[in-house]
Amino acid sequence: MADKSQICSVWVGSETGILKGVSLSKKQAFNFCEFSCLSRDQEVCVLGWGDPQETEVLVGSVNGTVKTFSTEKGIFTETRQCGESTQGRFTGLAVTDSALITCVETGLLRVWKEGSETVEINAGKNVSRMRQNPSQCNQVATGGKENGLKVWDLERPETPIFTSKNVRNDWLDLRVPEWVRDMAFIPNSDKIVTCTGLHQVRVYDPASPQRRPVLESEFGEYPLTALSLPANKDSVVVGNTQGQLAILDLRKGLVRGCLKGLAGGVRGLQCHPSLPLVASCGLDRFLRVHSLEDRTLQHTHTAHLNPSTQTITWEASHTVVFSES
Amino acid sequence: MRTGFTALKKVKINSDANMDIVEAQEIKGTFTKKKNKKQKKQPTPPLTRSDDSMVKETETEHVDMLGESAFPPEFRVSEIKNKQRRHLMFMKLKLEKRKQRMAMKKKKKKERDALGDKAPPKNVPKTIENQRIYDETTVNPEDEEVAFDEGTDEFSAYFNRLTHPKVLITTSDRPRGRTVRFCRQLATVIPDAHVYYRKGLALKKIIPQCVARGFTYLMVINEDRKVPNGMVLCHLPDGPTAHFKVSSVRLRKEMKRRGKDPTEHSPEVILNNFTTRLGHSIGRLFAALFPHDPQFVGRQVATFHNQRDFIFFRFHRYIFKNEQRVGIQELGPRFTLKLRSLQKGTFDSKFGEYEWILKRHENDVCRRRFNL
Repeated sequence: MADKSQICSVWVGSETGILKGVSLSKKQAFNFCEFSCLSRDQEVCVLGWGDPQETEVLVGSVNGTVKTFSTEKGIFTETRQCGESTQGRFTGLAVTDSALITCVETGLLRVWKEGSETVEINAGKNVSRMRQNPSQCNQVATGGKENGLKVWDLERPETPIFTSKNVRNDWLDLRVPEWVRDMAFIPNSDKIVTCTGLHQVRVYDPASPQRRPVLESEFGEYPLTALSLPANKDSVVVGNTQGQLAILDLRKGLVRGCLKGLAGGVRGLQCHPSLPLVASCGLDRFLRVHSLEDRTLQHTHTAHLNPSTQTITWEASHTVVFSES
Repeated sequence: MRTGFTALKKVKINSDANMDIVEAQEIKGTFTKKKNKKQKKQPTPPLTRSDDSMVKETETEHVDMLGESAFPPEFRVSEIKNKQRRHLMFMKLKLEKRKQRMAMKKKKKKERDALGDKAPPKNVPKTIENQRIYDETTVNPEDEEVAFDEGTDEFSAYFNRLTHPKVLITTSDRPRGRTVRFCRQLATVIPDAHVYYRKGLALKKIIPQCVARGFTYLMVINEDRKVPNGMVLCHLPDGPTAHFKVSSVRLRKEMKRRGKDPTEHSPEVILNNFTTRLGHSIGRLFAALFPHDPQFVGRQVATFHNQRDFIFFRFHRYIFKNEQRVGIQELGPRFTLKLRSLQKGTFDSKFGEYEWILKRHENDVCRRRFNL
């Protein structure tokens, strides 16, 4: 078990609670699950790395438990109960300095520290995604349906440090609905890029005085479900419910190219931290790895089970972590 | 034309030296055909090779008559500019090839008969189904993950006998006669099916009402230009929605040698060739349309046969004449389905997540790869 988990470079969580590790070099996948009792209750909602060395994978399930899986040992080492299933599914999982940050759909963002009390933030209703700033670990962003992008600082949990404003009314003077599905912090700057359920990709800049998006572009006609930033700057990979993956350029907002192969809605998308590769996982039960430079399919693997949202994590020998939701 | 023909006849008696004169006299190309034919029958001395196609033809004819069937290597049928002559030469070429093939076949058969029992087994001809690329998602019967997945998916309520199927059949707005008759015939085939007029209502609004009234399926037949061409099959509590293209619809009146109308008995269901994971989902979708226990008294059977991603629906009545022989009568409508998309959740084409979509250009790359 341990040797199997050590060679896996991509981790995928499924709807039945099985954590799958895929080794791209060996082109094999291994299932890791607890007690060999599967249930829909254990559906994996979020995946995340437990530590910067990428030796532990945190698995958040529908029933409110967060399990820790050790890649070195190949078994689930710990289980924590972080809320009940009545509070909604997990929409985000992150780790700072030995504290665990979880966010659920009803908007309850909690910081779990051992011993001391949990800090709670109410991020509004219907939160679809929560992400942590990789460079500043105490900043998180949340967004959802009719719930705009908000950036929170965990040290000051009362108000968000940045609340986005909706765009102006459209040409019929109607309010444009907003539905933030996924977001990412652009490294080396303050900016945040989000993708919406109304097929828009928006870039917000908290440093600038305007709270409206700095850049807005559209892709396709279907809701964008996942987003990921590749290693090189100025571009973003998005996926929609029809299985179309596109690379967009963030300088002008134009589509640079599409990645072909997916036949079902994209559930998880993650770029490799240093190599120009992107792993995508969809409802068609396949894990695909594309190369970003020439947009060819490098590797396909049947994931056999439906992946749930936010469920891919890369790991490389250089500690590449992809957490996909 | 007539006069030309008679002119040719006169020409026939002349020797080959006069061929050039004959050619000059031709006004229409159609005459050459006859001329060639007549020349074929005359044994001509071998002429030197020249660009004159006529000469070539005679030469090759001569070669033919010598018993060889090989054309000289520089000769290609496609180089003859005259369409009639080219066509003739091509026909001859084909005839030659066919003769050779028949000769080979005969020889092989003779050898096979001569060997008797020791003959090597016959070669299986290649078909597209034989050459199908192995699909990685083909379900292995012992696969536990798939078994668990199917045990807990949206159809598990039906397969665990917790619910009974109740189908609502409707159409797109303002259907024409053919579609209406098709819906009515479908309602006789599927037990506990109810046909309702669409009335221009939105599907998203119909679905909660259906769920409240205990329906398990919503089937919408889409019509285009007075002919049914699409079907949306939505499993109701919160199940997947499949969108099919419907083609080749034959109503009961148009079927030859059909039996009497189907009775109220529940039919047996046959699902052929749904091997992949997607195929399994679709197969279960069809199976859940019919009640669990077929009434064998009725001797009726509904077949969904999948071949090359097309699903053929047939409805028969069978009778066992003795242990080995069965007679079948086709009743009921027949149609062909092709899956266009499978969407998770009830009908929501704009915001729903698709489990599988037919992407035609990506499928066109390989002829031997199928999804169901």
